[in-house]
Amino acid sequence: MRPPRSPLLDERLPVWRARLVLGLMLAGSLALMGRSFYLQGINKDFLIGKGESRYERVIEIPATRGRILDRHGDVLAISTPVKSVWAIPEDAKLTPAQTRSLARLLDTDVRELTRRLAIERDFVYLKRQIPPDVAAQIADLKLPGIHFQNEYRRYYPAGEVTAHMLGFTGTADVGQEGIELALEAQLAGKAGSRRVIKDRRGQIVEDVESIRAPQEGRDVTLALDAKLQYLAFSQLKQAVAEHKARAGGIVVLDARNGEVLALVNLPVYNPNRRAGLSGAQLRNRAFTDSFEPGSTFKPFSVALALEQGHVRADTPIQTAPGKMTIGTATISDAHPHGVLSVAQVIQKSSNIGAAKLALGLAPESMWTMFDRLGFGQPLKLGFPGEVGGRLRPWQHWRQIEQATMAYGHGISVTLIQLARAYQAFARDGDLLPLSLTRVETPAAAGAPVFSPQTAQEMRAMLEMAVQPGGTAPKAQISGYRVAGKTGTAHKLSGGVYANKYVAAFVGFAPVSDPRLIVAVMIDEPSAGKYYGGDVAAPVFASVMEGALRTLGVAPDAPLRPLQMANLGAPPEEM
Amino acid sequence: MVRINLVLLAAAIISALAVVSTNHQARKLVVAFEREQERTRALEVEWGQLQLEQSTWAAHARVAQIARSKLGMQPPHPDRIIAIHP
Repeated sequence: MRPPRSPLLDERLPVWRARLVLGLMLAGSLALMGRSFYLQGINKDFLIGKGESRYERVIEIPATRGRILDRHGDVLAISTPVKSVWAIPEDAKLTPAQTRSLARLLDTDVRELTRRLAIERDFVYLKRQIPPDVAAQIADLKLPGIHFQNEYRRYYPAGEVTAHMLGFTGTADVGQEGIELALEAQLAGKAGSRRVIKDRRGQIVEDVESIRAPQEGRDVTLALDAKLQYLAFSQLKQAVAEHKARAGGIVVLDARNGEVLALVNLPVYNPNRRAGLSGAQLRNRAFTDSFEPGSTFKPFSVALALEQGHVRADTPIQTAPGKMTIGTATISDAHPHGVLSVAQVIQKSSNIGAAKLALGLAPESMWTMFDRLGFGQPLKLGFPGEVGGRLRPWQHWRQIEQATMAYGHGISVTLIQLARAYQAFARDGDLLPLSLTRVETPAAAGAPVFSPQTAQEMRAMLEMAVQPGGTAPKAQISGYRVAGKTGTAHKLSGGVYANKYVAAFVGFAPVSDPRLIVAVMIDEPSAGKYYGGDVAAPVFASVMEGALRTLGVAPDAPLRPLQMANLGAPPEEM
Repeated sequence: MVRINLVLLAAAIISALAVVSTNHQARKLVVAFEREQERTRALEVEWGQLQLEQSTWAAHARVAQIARSKLGMQPPHPDRIIAIHP
């Protein structure tokens, strides 16, 4: 049976309705297509980035600063990670008991801690650079608003002994002084970073990419010998205390390759505790302070006179009556001598003799020699504040200047320059550049200043200076032949020479085959003695003796009791 | 036709499961690797601290002081040193 026909079905719908629905559906799908094209095509990168940031993390890969080692590999400076504790004061609502235990762990005052936590800032350091185990104990307290930050701290195990040589780093572990600054490029590490995927528990589950590879700082092996450094330090400390001196310095060089084996200055500071440092403590005097070298300078002019053939070692020179007038100025000897040979001028340290020899030289040739010896210009070893000393151009020299320069006045040098220049005598007349780092392949020969012949004659003269009749018999050591020169210079104070002195001694040993050069400078000894031969020479002797024995250098002299017994007190060596 | 489809379906499911398990394995290995690297870093830190400790104990000032005061040692007198030439 067929159903009755519905009259409704006969009703014709208007065509526009069907078209409208179709049109709406078309528009809807077009909108969807457009939207998906926008999201997947145009806006893709932004959305991917947003998504990744939900699970990807960029983490820092720390890099350590290189160590500083002495020539035998002993650690002189090393960085280890420490933590700094900081707080968000607003979040850090601590109970009194919590504050007390935190203060105890931080080793600070409870009131100071409370004050810091009351500061109206978002970030307050509570204590910087605490050991990791203490930080772990604090973390165990689970205090609100207390956070940690990883940092590196540099430690100097030798403390004040190596302070000036090594310098120190700032809080960001960046070199600020000494070797730390000079070799910053080599020592500094560069932190890297990488992108990883972390899961819900914070574990790294996938290594996406390395953004920057970390660059570990490279270790630096210095030429420094920690034993000699300590020896020099303890001797200098003793001498400065004994003579109530204002300051002092010792430089020990290896004559064979120009290595700086030890370098100490006083006053000094402890690089591990640097609160309240004064400028005087920080000064690396061997590099930054120039002084008038006094008689330690005489050998240079004498050597030049020998070199040019004006005189021979035995040429007599009249130094009587111990005074000499040049223009309006008068120079004099400490003790009048009479007729001296050239060698005796060095031995007795006669100002008149040296001045007379210098006046026989052309100013230009003298200046050229000083310049070749490295005076008047910094050594450029990268030490901050290094000075070159004062050496005026020869065109402007007056006669009196030329004369006084021969005995080390009117010119200023640093201790390290002076020590280096003595290479010319300790070696066969040539000069090597100095090296702070260990030299693996020593240069065969340096820049020549004098002929080997002259250097040899000078060695003989300088050896006379430490023998009986010379100015520094206290520089002798048992078992080795020593050569050197004293210096006692008046200090300029406000343009005039005051009754203040710089006592110095520069020498080398063993004379038969010089190995070490030691330069000692004591500034303003004020306990009565001030002559270089009394103040600086004994320091030289004990440092040189200890150093030669430490290095196992073969004695080149018979062991004999010394005329000037400096063996009463046992030498401060190890 | 139906047989082939069933085989392919099974293959797809097996492959999908393999991907899941391999991924899981990989993540576990990465976690282990990260842990080992963390340990390396910790050991390096410890090594640095030990070096520091060693050089602090071996500081010349300290050794000299102990040698002199505790052990009663002193540098030999030059007369008592014999140099042997090679």
